[in-house]
Amino acid sequence: MEHRALNLLDEALGLDDKAKVWPLGGRVVLVEDCVETTGSFVLHQVLKRCLTPQSPSVVVFVAFSQPFSNYDRILRKLGCNLAAQRDNRRFVFIDMLMLQCPDACEDGLVPLYEKIEKVTCGLAKEKATTIFIDDISLLEVAANGSSNNVLDFLHYCLTLTSEHGCSLVALNHEDIYLNTERPTLSLQLEYLADILVKAEPLATGLATDVHGQLTVLNKETWDGQGSSRNRICNFHFKVKENSVEYFYPGSRA
Amino acid sequence: MAESICRALRDGALEGEHAPALTIMDSIASPFGLHVFSHILFQHLSHILEGKSQSRGLVIVTFSKSHSFYLELLKRKGVNVASSHKWIHILDCYSDPLGWKDRTSNAGNIANLPLNTSLSSTSCKNVRDSDKLFSSIIELGKGLVGQSKVRFSVAIDSVSEMLRYASISSISGLLSDLRSHDQISSLFWLLHSDLHENRITSVLEYISSMVSRIEPIKQSPDGQKGILENMSFLEQNLRKGKFNIRFKRRNGRVRVMCEEFNIEHSGISFTSISSEDGIINHGFLPKVQFNLQLSEKERTDRANVVLPFEHQGNGQPIQIYDGRRSLIERENEEEPISSGNLQPTVDSGKGEIIYFRDSDDEMPDSDEDPDDDLDI
Repeated sequence: MEHRALNLLDEALGLDDKAKVWPLGGRVVLVEDCVETTGSFVLHQVLKRCLTPQSPSVVVFVAFSQPFSNYDRILRKLGCNLAAQRDNRRFVFIDMLMLQCPDACEDGLVPLYEKIEKVTCGLAKEKATTIFIDDISLLEVAANGSSNNVLDFLHYCLTLTSEHGCSLVALNHEDIYLNTERPTLSLQLEYLADILVKAEPLATGLATDVHGQLTVLNKETWDGQGSSRNRICNFHFKVKENSVEYFYPGSRA
Repeated sequence: MAESICRALRDGALEGEHAPALTIMDSIASPFGLHVFSHILFQHLSHILEGKSQSRGLVIVTFSKSHSFYLELLKRKGVNVASSHKWIHILDCYSDPLGWKDRTSNAGNIANLPLNTSLSSTSCKNVRDSDKLFSSIIELGKGLVGQSKVRFSVAIDSVSEMLRYASISSISGLLSDLRSHDQISSLFWLLHSDLHENRITSVLEYISSMVSRIEPIKQSPDGQKGILENMSFLEQNLRKGKFNIRFKRRNGRVRVMCEEFNIEHSGISFTSISSEDGIINHGFLPKVQFNLQLSEKERTDRANVVLPFEHQGNGQPIQIYDGRRSLIERENEEEPISSGNLQPTVDSGKGEIIYFRDSDDEMPDSDEDPDDDLDI
C-alpha cells in the first residue's frame, strides 16, 4: 500500500499500520449511516483497499441492497475491476437481492453462513477473508424480521474472525432503530464492533463543499504485540465522481 | 474497592450459604465491562494460584469472547499456560453455540491445538438448554477440584448473550442453582445493561450479592445532535469512567462505594475518586445550583429591611397615617402619639374615616383587594 494513497479514513481505520500485513484482520468494522448521509462509500473504499494486490484478503460480499453491476460500476470508477477480481477468485459475490430465507424457521441464515464458511476454510493459510454485509437492516428483513437470527448469524461470522483472522465489514442504518424504545440490534452491533464509523450530515445543514461528516471510533485492540489505545476522530468528506475527499473541519473554505 | 470485590470472591461462601455473586454492568456510553471482567478474572485467578482463595479452580463460560482471547489475556499477564489445565477450564459456548458448524460437512475445520499451548476447553453445541449448561459447568468444575468438598468458581463472560438464547427465568434459575451449589465458591458475570429491560437487570441484581456498575465519567449533554460537540465528552469517556459498587451484606446492610478507573496501555487501573463531582452527596437536599436555605447572616439582613410603605423615620416610632390630617400638622397641634394604636378622638363632628389597626400583627399593607367584601 503506497503511503501517498492513504487518506484520513484509512488512517482512522488503522490501515497505516505498517507492522501488520492486513491491519483489519480479526476486526469488525461497523458503518452506521442515516437517510440524509449514506455511508456506502466507506464500504466501497474498504473494498477497494481489500482488493489491492498487496492485501492478502479475499472478499466475500453479501449483497442485500444492490446488484453486482452497481458495485462493479462504482469500483471501476475508483480504479478496481470487480469482474476481473471475481474471475481471480479474490471476490466472491453472494447475491441476496431476491433471496429471502427459504423457510420461516429460525435457521434460515444457516445456508448463507455455510457458503461463507466454505470460502473461508478453503483458503490458504496466509490468506484471510473479509466479509462485507450490505446491509444489516436488509439482512434483518431476509431473516423475517428477527434480530435474534441476525445476531446469531453475525456471531458465527465473528467466530470466523477469531479462528481464521477474517474481518467483518457491515453497513447499518442507524436511524431505522432510533425511535424504538430499546434499539437492541444496533446497540448489540456497537458492542460487537471494533471500529465504528458513523456517517452523519453536518449539524449546520447542507453545504455544497461538504457532504457530511464521519466519526471513527477505533477501539483498543489486544493482540500478541500489545494494545493500541482507543482513538476517536472526526472529519468531513466530499463525495466526488471518482474519489472521496476527506478533510478536517475548517480546513476547506 | 475493586480489591474488596476480589477479596469477597476470594473468601468465597460460608457453609450452608449462597456463594457470593458479582454482576458487572456496563452500557454503550462506557463499554468497559470486559476490561473490568478480565481484571477481576485475573485477580481471582492469581488468588487461586497463590492458594489464598477458597476455590481451587475456575470454570470460564465464554459466550462473547473466543478461547484465544483468554489465552492471550493469561499470556499477557504472565501466567504459565502449560500448567493451567489444573485450575482453569473453559466451557466454550462461543465457537458453536447453536451447532451450525456441526451441521456443515467440512467438520474438523477447527484444529485441535496441543494442550501445552492452549487452555483446556470443552465446547457446548446447544446453549439453549440451560439444564445441560448447568450440569456441564458442575461437571467441569468437579473435573478440576475432584468430588470432595473442595470448591471452585465460575465466571460467565456475557449473560447478555445467554439471554438471547434462553428466557430470563431459566437463566436466573441457572444462576441461582449455581449459587446454591455446595461446591461453588463464588461466581461473577458480565451484563450489558442497556440491552435489556429494567426488569431483567433487576432480577440479576437480586441474585447477586455485589453489583458493580460502570458509568461514563461525564454524561454528554442531551439535545445536542451534532457529534462534534460531544467529541470532548466521548474522548474523556474513552479513557476513564466511574465504577460504582454495591455490596449487600448478609444482614441486609447495603454499602455503596464509588471509584474511578483509567483505561491504560497495560490494562485497567482503579483510583479513588479525584474529581469533586464524584463525591456522593449524603445530604437530603437535592443538589441544585442555588441555595434553598438562608444562612444566619442572610436571615438577620432580611429582618432589617425596612419596607417602603412603613414609616422610614430615623428612630421615630412607626406611625400609620390615619387620614385625618398630615402627620406634621398633628405633631404641631397635639402631643405626638406614642404608638401605632390611635386613641379615637372624641371630636368627631367633621366627616372622616377612622381606621384602627387591629393589632401590630396586621400587615400595614397587603395584596388583598380592599373591596373584596363588597357585594356588587
